[in-house]
Amino acid sequence: MRTARTAAAVIAVIALAAGCSNSGGKDSENKASAGGSGGKAASTPRLKIAMVTHSGEGDTFWDIVQSGAKQAASKDNVDFLYSNDKEAGGQAQLVQAAIDKKVDGIVVTLAKPDAMKDVLAKAEQAGIPVVTINSGAEFSKQFGALAHFGQDESVAGEAVGEELNNRGLKKAVCVIHEQGNVSLEQRCAGVKKTFKGTVENLNVDGTNAPATQSSIEAKLQATKGIDAVVTLGAPIAAVAVKAKADAGSKAEIDTFDLNAEVVKRLQAKEVGFAVDQQPYLQGYEAIDMLWLYKTNGDILGGGKTVLTGPAIITEKDASTLGKYTARGTR
Amino acid sequence: MSATAPAPAPSPDTKVDERLLKTSPLRRLMGRPELGSVVGAIAVFLFFAIFADSFVRAASLSTVLYASSTIGIMAVPVALLMIGGEFDLSAGVMVTSSALISSMFSYQMTANVWVGVLVSLVVTLAIGVFNGVMLTRTDPPSFIITLGTFLMLTGMNLGFTKLISGTVSTKSISDMQGFSSARDVFASTLTIGGVDFKITILWWLALVVVATWILLRTRFGNWIYAVGGGEEAARAVGVPVNKTKIGLYMGVAFGAWISGQHLLFSFDVVQSGEGVGNELIYIIAAVIGGCLITGGYGSAVGAAVGALIFGMVSKGIVFAEWNPDWFKFFLGVMLLLATLLNHWVRKRAEATA
Repeated sequence: MRTARTAAAVIAVIALAAGCSNSGGKDSENKASAGGSGGKAASTPRLKIAMVTHSGEGDTFWDIVQSGAKQAASKDNVDFLYSNDKEAGGQAQLVQAAIDKKVDGIVVTLAKPDAMKDVLAKAEQAGIPVVTINSGAEFSKQFGALAHFGQDESVAGEAVGEELNNRGLKKAVCVIHEQGNVSLEQRCAGVKKTFKGTVENLNVDGTNAPATQSSIEAKLQATKGIDAVVTLGAPIAAVAVKAKADAGSKAEIDTFDLNAEVVKRLQAKEVGFAVDQQPYLQGYEAIDMLWLYKTNGDILGGGKTVLTGPAIITEKDASTLGKYTARGTR
Repeated sequence: MSATAPAPAPSPDTKVDERLLKTSPLRRLMGRPELGSVVGAIAVFLFFAIFADSFVRAASLSTVLYASSTIGIMAVPVALLMIGGEFDLSAGVMVTSSALISSMFSYQMTANVWVGVLVSLVVTLAIGVFNGVMLTRTDPPSFIITLGTFLMLTGMNLGFTKLISGTVSTKSISDMQGFSSARDVFASTLTIGGVDFKITILWWLALVVVATWILLRTRFGNWIYAVGGGEEAARAVGVPVNKTKIGLYMGVAFGAWISGQHLLFSFDVVQSGEGVGNELIYIIAAVIGGCLITGGYGSAVGAAVGALIFGMVSKGIVFAEWNPDWFKFFLGVMLLLATLLNHWVRKRAEATA
């Protein structure tokens, strides 16, 4: 056993010494400077702002929201605290923890509005200003939030439906990667509303890439004549591209949201178009607005949702966006 | 039909030992742990063959086999571990860990991707050894030990990926040296008779053959059954219980390594949050395939058939184009029915044996 382990280590070391790659990897990386960081922070008093989201672990989208928030925080002399829980009850507890910490402001998502109602009332009582982002625009004002930054999921879905019409497509599949998520259902419903062809929904297990791939493959094989696959998250788009190739289908892959991989596939024409809701803006604007409110009494949006999307992105825009997605801000 | 009947073709047991009980091949077949699951699999197949018109096509079956193989590669070593009387809750995220290690090592060191693949093998096996050693050196049951590993790995997957890559997914390694040959090994597609088959199906079958050989033809296989059947009794007759268990956890780690490399080389990038919850699917596949949760009974073939049932049901529902809102419900009903049939067949077999 010990000899086997030593042998394995020796092999690894030898392979390491001999096995460098001439292409790709870290060495080929351009040191892209992060957007505008390193500027001087505002001279206003130090604030503490908490952001509590319904994100699961390791989701690219929320990563970009956070980098926007951090950018605004460093500009505004804000101490930025992030926490997340995909279970509604857990998210409410995290908001309560932020109230207990007596933060100067709370940024929260309303994907599960009923669970957040009571705890946001407590925040109001404690005199902590709340800004909501991403989903749940219709509940924002009702729960006493100052403003909402996000994308109306139905509007985004409708934009996709129209773009599919423009491209002359007839039969679409809407891939839901989280069964029972309201905003994902709204996106598909929006597509259905404006799209002149037919739309079918497909539920897949988003945290299991091979299972997602084989489900999309099965759908493409089962239903003839599908010419558009609409995925609702950037990582799922890459999986759909694989599924399409393996199923020998000619369907176009289109997606909600953006990441580096999708931009690359837009350039390679493997993905038709992407709808971006600019998560960076949601994080940035939420923090910035709370800072403006605390230091200057400003409120954005006049009680209405401030839309950060949808922005339709095609192959033409992809080259300029490439460097932004690579550093995780777009 | 009897094995002792004079057959024109030379049969392997022509020399009859009068001390051995004569059993007919049919009866021996009835006593196998995988029998029930095979009947269940045939039933599920026939069901979807009737109700989903596009199910019985070569391309569709290849998709089903691919889905089954990605579960089966893990279900087989997990079944061996369960026969040995233990669980591994870290198996699902360990797949993601293995893929992340391989990808990030190659990328950060700008090394040939095969170096990353080997480093990943060593580290993943070390995680298996950690599970095994922790279990055998301390008192808590494997449920708790591997739950700890599960949570630690989930956190480390995300933590290290963000620390090293700056985002929650790894950078693409598809333009690096060795990528295409590694993809050939772990994620290629073979065309047989005009139909595309994923190479994971071969890995799956190879693991079943190796695991069956270990269980039925080697001393280690006897140790596994002995340890699972009764640990103290096994120790009393001189079975190296601790070594056997560590070996079984290394087996699971090896499966995680294969699955992880498949994940990496088929999608170029790895999402660090993936894999949570898959450990249950592996255990489910093993149990559908006739493994006892209490250990000491089961087979590798059964676990593979369990994975096949899971793959057929989860894709068959899509082929049948049933309302997607009810997907999980149908999945549950079909699995329950397959398992009930499996139990019924086994009871009948035991009663007649």
